[in-house]
Amino acid sequence: MHLLNPLSPDLKKDSTREGYGKALLELGEKDSRIVALTADLAESVRVHYFAEKFPQRFFQCGICEQNMAVVAAGLAYAGKIPFMSSFGAFSPGRNWEQIRSAICYGNANAKIVSTHTGLTVGEDGATHQALEDVSLMRSIPNIRVLVPCDFEQAKKAIYAAAKIQGPVYVRCGREKMPIFTTENTPFELGKISLYKDGSDIALFASGALVHEALLAAAELEKEGISAAVLNVYDLTEMDNSTIEKYARKTGAFLTVEDHQIKGGLGSAICEAVCSTSPVPVHRMGMRMEFGQSGKGSELLKHYGLYSSNIAKVAKEHLKNKK
Amino acid sequence: MKLNSTKELSLMANTIRADIIRMVNAAKCGHPAGPLGLAEIFSVLFFSEMNFDPKNPQKERDIFVLSNGHVCAGSYSAMAHAGYFPEDALLTFRKFGSPLQGHPSRKYFPFIDNSSGPLGEGLGIACGYAAALRLDNKPSRVYCVVSDGEHDEGSTWEAVLFASKYKLDNLVAIMDRNYIQIDGTTEDVMPLDSIEEKYRAFNWNVISIDGNNIPQILSALKQAKDCKGKPTMIIANTTPGKGVSYMEKNYKWHGVAPKDEDAAKALAELAEERKKIERE
Repeated sequence: MHLLNPLSPDLKKDSTREGYGKALLELGEKDSRIVALTADLAESVRVHYFAEKFPQRFFQCGICEQNMAVVAAGLAYAGKIPFMSSFGAFSPGRNWEQIRSAICYGNANAKIVSTHTGLTVGEDGATHQALEDVSLMRSIPNIRVLVPCDFEQAKKAIYAAAKIQGPVYVRCGREKMPIFTTENTPFELGKISLYKDGSDIALFASGALVHEALLAAAELEKEGISAAVLNVYDLTEMDNSTIEKYARKTGAFLTVEDHQIKGGLGSAICEAVCSTSPVPVHRMGMRMEFGQSGKGSELLKHYGLYSSNIAKVAKEHLKNKK
Repeated sequence: MKLNSTKELSLMANTIRADIIRMVNAAKCGHPAGPLGLAEIFSVLFFSEMNFDPKNPQKERDIFVLSNGHVCAGSYSAMAHAGYFPEDALLTFRKFGSPLQGHPSRKYFPFIDNSSGPLGEGLGIACGYAAALRLDNKPSRVYCVVSDGEHDEGSTWEAVLFASKYKLDNLVAIMDRNYIQIDGTTEDVMPLDSIEEKYRAFNWNVISIDGNNIPQILSALKQAKDCKGKPTMIIANTTPGKGVSYMEKNYKWHGVAPKDEDAAKALAELAEERKKIERE
C-alpha cells in the first residue's frame, strides 16, 4: 500500500495547502498555460510561490471571489489553465453560481482550490470553517471533486487537476498534519484506496481525517476488531466495486470526514451502498451544526472527530450489523 | 462578410429585428425588447467591427462576450447571417434539441465565446479573455455587450475594478442603456445614473452615444481602439423595443413574446422601415 507507518512518532508534518503551493510552482515551470488567481489571500493559499516566480501569470483579484471565478473561466476559454484559490467558505461559498454557470456549465478548464476547509481552519471560527463545500461542489455536473489526505497527496491531486481537461475542485486544509503517504502511494481518479485491510468493519475517510481513521483502526486491532481503512479522495463518482466488495466483506461501514454529515463523503457512501449492497452506515462528521473558535485539534476533539472516538463509535456500530 | 456602408448596416439591423420577432413568436416566449434595441450594435459588431471567420473558427479572431444572455435572439440572428449556421435554424430558438438555447450555451452551440444567462458574469469573463490575449501578445480584441440592469449585481463592479487595475485596453464593453429591467425602469428599481460618472470614477474610458445610430457606434468603436491604458465602456443609449411602435420604451415587453397578430403588425412595421432605408 506504499504507506508510512501511521503510528510512527517521526512522521513529518505539513499542510495540504503547502502541497498545493509547491505543486503549482512546479507545474508553472513546466507549462506556461498555468496561471494563478487569488482574492487577497496569496500567502494564506500558498500561491505566493507561484506569484513571485511568475508575476505576469498571477492575477490578484482583490476580495472579489465572484469575479475571480468568471475571470478564471475567461482565461480558461482562451486556452489558459487557471488555478483559483481562496478559503472554502468564500470559494465556492460565495461564488457557487459563477462556478456552476461559467466554469461547470461552460466547461471551463479551470481549477478551484480551497486551502482552508473544515474545523481545522481553527481559531477564525465558524464563518471561516467551510463544512459544506464538498456538498456544494458534488451536486454540480461536470466537475471533479478531489479531497487529498496529506501534503504528498495534495501534490498528486494538483498534478491530476492540471491534467484533467475540465473543471476540478480540490479541497485542501490549513493545518500541518502528519505525512503518511509517499510519492509511490497510488492516487487513481475514480478509485477508493485501501490503506489497511480488515473484515469486521470498513472505515471510509477523507481528507484530514484519514490519518485519524488509521489510528482508530490500530486501536480496534488491539481489541481484536479487524477494521479496514479506505481513503476516498475522489468524491466525484463512487468506486462501486470497492464499496460492494467491502460491504460483503465487513457488513458495516463508518464514514469519517471534516465536513457536515449531509452532502459530503457520508452521503456519497450511502448513495453508493443503497444501489450496490446495503449495509448499515454510520456517518461521523459535523452533525449539522456550526463550528467555533479554537485550535484545530481542540475542535476535532470537541466534535468527536479523533481516533479514540472513531474507534468507540465503530465498536458501537458493530451492533447494527445484520 | 463585411458591410461597408451605413445603409447596408441599417438593412442588416432591420433583418435582425425581423428575425427577433419571428424567433420569439415561434418560440412563444423569450425577450424581444432588449435585442430589438441592440440591433444596430449587433449589426456593426458582426458586419463591420469584429474580425472572425466562421469557416475557420480556430483562426485568430476577436472575442464576443454576451453578458446579458437573454438578448441572444439578436446575436443568434447576426451569427446566422454572418455564416455560422443556416438561417433556417433560427426558428428552432428555445425549442427542445436546438443549439439555440433560451440563454446561450457553449455546450449546445460551441461557436459562442461564453455561456450566459445569470447576470453580472460576462464582464468578468471578458476580463479573463482580455488578460489571456495580452499574456500571449495577441492583437485580438474583446467585445462585451452588457445590460444596464445587470449593474445592480455587485459582481459586475468587481469586474469593473479588475479591468481598470489591469488596464485592459483590448477590452471594449458596450452597455445597452435602455433604462428598463423586469420590474420597471432602472431608475425606479435601483437607480444607476450617472452611470457615465461611475465608470469615469473607476478609471475607464467612457464614451456615450445613441446606440441606435450606426455612425456613432462606428466612431465610438474607433475611439475605443485608439485609447491606450484603459478599458473602454461605450454607454449606448438605446430604445428598447426599437422598430416596433407598441414595444418601444415599454418595459412590459422585456420578457413577453408577441402573439401572431402582434408579430404580424411588428413585421409589417419593420417592412415599412426597410423600404425607407432602401430609398435613402
